[in-house]
Amino acid sequence: MPILHIHSAGPGLTVQDLGRPGWKAQGLSSGGAADRLALFEAAALLDAPPDQAVIEMMGFGGTFSVTHPTRIALTGASMQADIDSTPIAPNMTHILQAGAKLKIGGALAGVYGYLAFAGGILSEQIMDSRATHLTAGIGARLQPGETLPLGPDPDPMRAAQKLAPDARFNGGTIRIMPGPQTDFFSATVLDRFAKTIFARSPRGNRQGVRLDYGGTGFPIEGGRTLVSELIVPGDIQMTGDGVPYVLLAECQTIGGYPRIGSVIPADLPKIAQAAPGTDLTFQFLSVDEADATAISDADLLIKLAQSCQPIIRDPHDIADLLSYQLISGATAGDDVERP
Amino acid sequence: MTAEPEFRPLGVDGVLVRFSRVLTEAANIRAVSFRDQFAGANVPGVTEVASSLASVRVGFDPVRTDRKAVTQAIMSFLADHETPVSSPRRLWRIPVCFDGDHAPQLAEAARLAGVTVDQAIAEITAQTTRVIAIGFAPGQPYLGMLPDHWDIPRQSTLTETLPRGALIAAVRQLIIWAADAPTGWRHIGQTAFRVYRPETAEPFAFRPGDAVQFHAISATDYAALSTNTDPDGGAVCEVLR
Repeated sequence: MPILHIHSAGPGLTVQDLGRPGWKAQGLSSGGAADRLALFEAAALLDAPPDQAVIEMMGFGGTFSVTHPTRIALTGASMQADIDSTPIAPNMTHILQAGAKLKIGGALAGVYGYLAFAGGILSEQIMDSRATHLTAGIGARLQPGETLPLGPDPDPMRAAQKLAPDARFNGGTIRIMPGPQTDFFSATVLDRFAKTIFARSPRGNRQGVRLDYGGTGFPIEGGRTLVSELIVPGDIQMTGDGVPYVLLAECQTIGGYPRIGSVIPADLPKIAQAAPGTDLTFQFLSVDEADATAISDADLLIKLAQSCQPIIRDPHDIADLLSYQLISGATAGDDVERP
Repeated sequence: MTAEPEFRPLGVDGVLVRFSRVLTEAANIRAVSFRDQFAGANVPGVTEVASSLASVRVGFDPVRTDRKAVTQAIMSFLADHETPVSSPRRLWRIPVCFDGDHAPQLAEAARLAGVTVDQAIAEITAQTTRVIAIGFAPGQPYLGMLPDHWDIPRQSTLTETLPRGALIAAVRQLIIWAADAPTGWRHIGQTAFRVYRPETAEPFAFRPGDAVQFHAISATDYAALSTNTDPDGGAVCEVLR
């Protein structure tokens, strides 16, 4: 089985996939990639299932090598990267040869970068997922010296692909929908919220990001205490001191802080990928408008796969031409006997 | 006579059914009962039915159905099931040690509730509580409701960390603590029970609506249970229906 070696690792590396939906009633949030879209981009590029596990890298990558050649892709935050000192671009597939050193540095734009392998990471599954969920004590941050099993690349000769990057690293206007407690806020407070320019605070993690702003808080009318209700990622909660937090994949499942609205799933990657200091403003959609933005995972993958473009490479640019299997289809003739 | 539930959006793929804006035992029983029954109704496109204290989120797949159809299905289901089922499906009997260091704030909690320590132990072990919600940490149950005089406030300063399995009390509720984390609730006893076992086939011990009955054990018995590998810590679960 192919093995991934982690030679060095930044402090925010975890194995992630699409998480564990369906356990809200038992107190476990779904978790999974902070920027879900990046997993679908990687799946489209590699022609792989979107629920394959990848490495999520918060802010900084690491140094990696593999024991068998495999296609890889880097999606999400734009990170400085090279293979044996030759720079590689994000949102493209690349071949990582056995023993070659893949170095991934700091994020140039965005927060969460993703390293995906054509055959996926085959670490142990817990509750049908490989996603590390730090607050639930499932898995742990990856450490230098660790190894992870990989699935073999099912189609190593597949033409290289690229995707036009989806600009989601610069914050901007984020669309939100009403939630169960939106009508607990006065029209004046809702209006002021929609007109406030927030900055993504340096305080943020996979549970949520804090929003900084000048001025007074956003209290609910009457200041009453609420009965704890279920939370979904994207909910914007006002903590006791009136500071808004946008909740992300690893949030708690129930909470008693009032929530002014919920970031729609299509815009949530922009929150996760907003670096500290990035400006964010919020625009309320009606429930119908918000519902119309929902897209199934299957449709999202089809849409991204259709946006992928093969890369025509000039053989002169391929330094390791001789390592490619240029005559495919030739075999030792014992295929049918092989187990 | 019960109030009409409120329907609110909770995400592009969810409807929140709110039975009450304040926590009452009746609202909780309605929420837990609705969750239990509606989850078994196999409504097309419904992906998840989850309850909290007084509300239920019905998750749906927007490709297969929509908010209007799901809301309609909930409304007609509620009309056909006006009487909630309050009898629990399962009864847990859980040993708890109320001695010395295992119950550092029992005396303080008893004083706030206006009873002696012995009375406090007697009341907590006499009553069958219900899992009214699970949350804050995976698998962690909120058990209620204790008698009115147990409406004791949380502490203003947090206890930095509590051992797993701690029995803690506040606002007419008990919690069996899931993990190391700060809390304002008071530590009144200690169980060897693990509410969350991610490595097992049944990661979560409790389901909303389960009944829980505590019985007192000695520090010696607790020591034996806590060194045992049994995640139930001596607890027994009886299936009632």
